Amino acid sequence: MKIALDHVVKTFNTFRAVHDVSLTVESGELVALLGPSGSGKTTLLRMVAGLEFPDDGHILFGGEDATLIPVRERGVGFVFQHYALFPHMTVADNIAFGMRTARAAKRSRAEISARVAELLRLVQLDGLGDRFPAQISGGQRQRVALARALAVDPKVLLLDEPFGALDANVRRDLRRWLREIHAELGITTLFVTHDQEEALDLADRVVILHQGKIVQQGTPRAVTRTPNSAFVMRFLGDTHRISARAQGGRVELGALTLDAPDVADGPAEIYVRPADLEWTRSGPGLAATVTRVIDRPGARRLQVLAGGDVLELDVAPEVEVAEGEAGQLRIVRSRIFAAS
Amino acid sequence: MKQRVLPGLSLSLGVTLFYAALIIALPVLALVFKAASLGPAAYWQIVTSERALASYRVTALSALAATVFNFFFGLALAWVLVRYRFPGRRLLDAVVDLPFALPTAVAGIALTTLFAPGGWFGHVLDPLGIRVAYTPLGIMLAMCFTSLPFIVRTVQPVLEELDPALEEAGQSLGASDREIFTRVILPLLAPSILAGLSLSFARSLGEFGAIIFIAGNQPMSTEITALLVFIRLEEYEYQAAAAIASVLLITAFVMLALTNILQRRALRYMQRG
Repeated sequence: MKIALDHVVKTFNTFRAVHDVSLTVESGELVALLGPSGSGKTTLLRMVAGLEFPDDGHILFGGEDATLIPVRERGVGFVFQHYALFPHMTVADNIAFGMRTARAAKRSRAEISARVAELLRLVQLDGLGDRFPAQISGGQRQRVALARALAVDPKVLLLDEPFGALDANVRRDLRRWLREIHAELGITTLFVTHDQEEALDLADRVVILHQGKIVQQGTPRAVTRTPNSAFVMRFLGDTHRISARAQGGRVELGALTLDAPDVADGPAEIYVRPADLEWTRSGPGLAATVTRVIDRPGARRLQVLAGGDVLELDVAPEVEVAEGEAGQLRIVRSRIFAAS
Repeated sequence: MKQRVLPGLSLSLGVTLFYAALIIALPVLALVFKAASLGPAAYWQIVTSERALASYRVTALSALAATVFNFFFGLALAWVLVRYRFPGRRLLDAVVDLPFALPTAVAGIALTTLFAPGGWFGHVLDPLGIRVAYTPLGIMLAMCFTSLPFIVRTVQPVLEELDPALEEAGQSLGASDREIFTRVILPLLAPSILAGLSLSFARSLGEFGAIIFIAGNQPMSTEITALLVFIRLEEYEYQAAAAIASVLLITAFVMLALTNILQRRALRYMQRG
């Protein structure tokens, strides 16, 4: 089911949570809504679900206007941030809940328990149907919540910070697993996260929100390689900022000259990531002094002082370098924006 | 000995145990001994006398009716206090505690004044053939008044802690409001409702001050058990008083035990396995 948001606005009291957002999610796509807290991503998801209603604009499901259809008629599966499992029901009863409502298609007891068993198998929880939510782990609860949402055969799957409350290892496993389930079921999926790694790792397309607006959207490759603003650049990962001046489509930095064709003359900011810098003892570059060396499993991270800025970069584990040593930095790639 | 975080366990345990024994256990024990000194035949005769049986009936039935009424009204009141924001909510919230704070005799006199044949409510209800004062209805009313806070105050905090996402989850799974209420909210409130009902019923069984003014106190029809105990005491029949009082005591114990068992069953899902 294709979802389209058309100039959607939502205000709480005086706070503009969502500010004129238009977005299309293609049928079968897996899309991440990524943003810092307060960026309106959860509000947007809740409006798609029908748990909130926009003040202005439209939400289309397929070609149909779903803006004012309440959640129980919208045909979405929603996985809540803290799972919202019914604590007094067993895992199996939780999953069966949506199949036993008055509006659900009538099914026999045997059909329901067969479907529950099938879903338990899908989320790899066979044999845990008789447990109560308090008796299983966080990762297992997360999977029960997903099975429960899938039980009503939703046209769209919505997940609010699906892995937020879990520890790092469980998160990584669940991410891979969710990707597999999505590939298997092909259901249009929209999830909210504040974790860049999670969004880039899982989604076909990432939509980045800031202060209630979409600032950039695209494939993980597009948003990471060509961030369109300093905000996106900084938000997606470790970034260093170097102040400079742009003049005639170029930026001069020490002995280096960088191309900046789209930047207006005047103060500019060069953004680089640790992986965008290289360390050389001599040769043209930005003069720098090593202030600290941190040894990590895959690389050695250098903290260097260059023209008043503290920068970080990684070098191969074999590179011999000591604190206090002077050398040159080469900027392999960078993004340059006019200073704001 | 293992190091404890808080010092003085033996001292505080000793003080509380001593106090509990002195204030709670000893009087109960004295009552049991007094009643037991009658001998089984005399005891049985007193507690099954016609007047005593009539008092049990009116007390228990009124208490039951009051508890049922408070179940609905108290639940609604707790719901309104938790779920809605309206002017005067805090005042209403404070008023719920009034029956706790008010001397019960004051409540009894106030209710009697209102419902007596010439009172504000009485002169409206009387022509309709509804007599409240000096009838079992009056007893029920007084019980309702004094036991209402129990239900509200046990349900309210649980309702407040209920995650709104549970209801949203129910909605997203297609359940109607009624289904969400009966299948999600009510079962989660059940243990607290049970506790409130049992406290409310126990309090109603033992209520004295608020009732005697409005009940009329006619033996065999509007005489409550607690009053009968009091009458026996005034007649210096201490053993008979203790015997009848022991019936109230046993009922209260059985009630509490039953509630505990039911509550544990209702909270089965909390146990980690």
